[in-house]
Amino acid sequence: MTETQTALDRVTRVPGVRGALVIAAADGLVVAEQLMEDVDGQAVAALAGSLVLRLARTAESAGLGRPRFLHLRGDAGSVLAAPGADDLVLVAVVGPDANLGLARLELLEAAGRLA
Amino acid sequence: MKALEPWVVDPLETFLAESAARLTLLMTSSGQVVAQHGFSRSLDVMTAAALGAGIVASTEELARLTGAGRFEGLVHNGQRQSCLLAAFATPRGRWIGLVVFGPETSVGIVRLFFDQMVHQLVAAAPRELAPSAPMLAENFETELNASLKALFGR
Repeated sequence: MTETQTALDRVTRVPGVRGALVIAAADGLVVAEQLMEDVDGQAVAALAGSLVLRLARTAESAGLGRPRFLHLRGDAGSVLAAPGADDLVLVAVVGPDANLGLARLELLEAAGRLA
Repeated sequence: MKALEPWVVDPLETFLAESAARLTLLMTSSGQVVAQHGFSRSLDVMTAAALGAGIVASTEELARLTGAGRFEGLVHNGQRQSCLLAAFATPRGRWIGLVVFGPETSVGIVRLFFDQMVHQLVAAAPRELAPSAPMLAENFETELNASLKALFGR
């Protein structure tokens, strides 16, 4: 099993996670995904990629360095993102009842192993 | 942004606002321009439309030869600008979109909102075809000039 597949498996095992993707941030394209049927991977990849790049520019302009973790909270759930190496970003789409603490830990650990 | 048919305007304006595309050209599969954004010279539009239609025709033939069916789109990634060329079906026949975009957006964003624009165009297209005269060689230049005048206002 590849590191990418392992990362997706670890994240999607967390209760409440509805899907996980590895995306190329600059292109906003899906590299690999494990998603429930109602999650639009193409849209998540495009929008999360754009968000990560813009927030990275914002954080660097503010002297905060490179962001390590993003949490976008909505009424019906959250989008979590952890940038890894080589422009790759590990993204999770989680429901409102998800274990966010565990999802965050798994995302950070798995994103660190992405090559 | 200029469009020859009014029902194209809303989907195209939404696409331009969401995608941050620099140039956009919508044309029929024969290269007849339907709408354009960002081009300042009619010669550029004519050249881009002819090249775009030619590339799509070539890639579709290549897809047929290789048994790939139809390619959904073609992306050229450049250092300063990139280009998406994609054909799609509408109630008015097969159309082609040519989009040029820079690093302020991404191919994922452009592709996402391009697909949304296609859905909106298909939904907005009038179902009955407008009556049109047959395209004759002697009418071609007049039709072309009328289209360019509508797209560039001169």
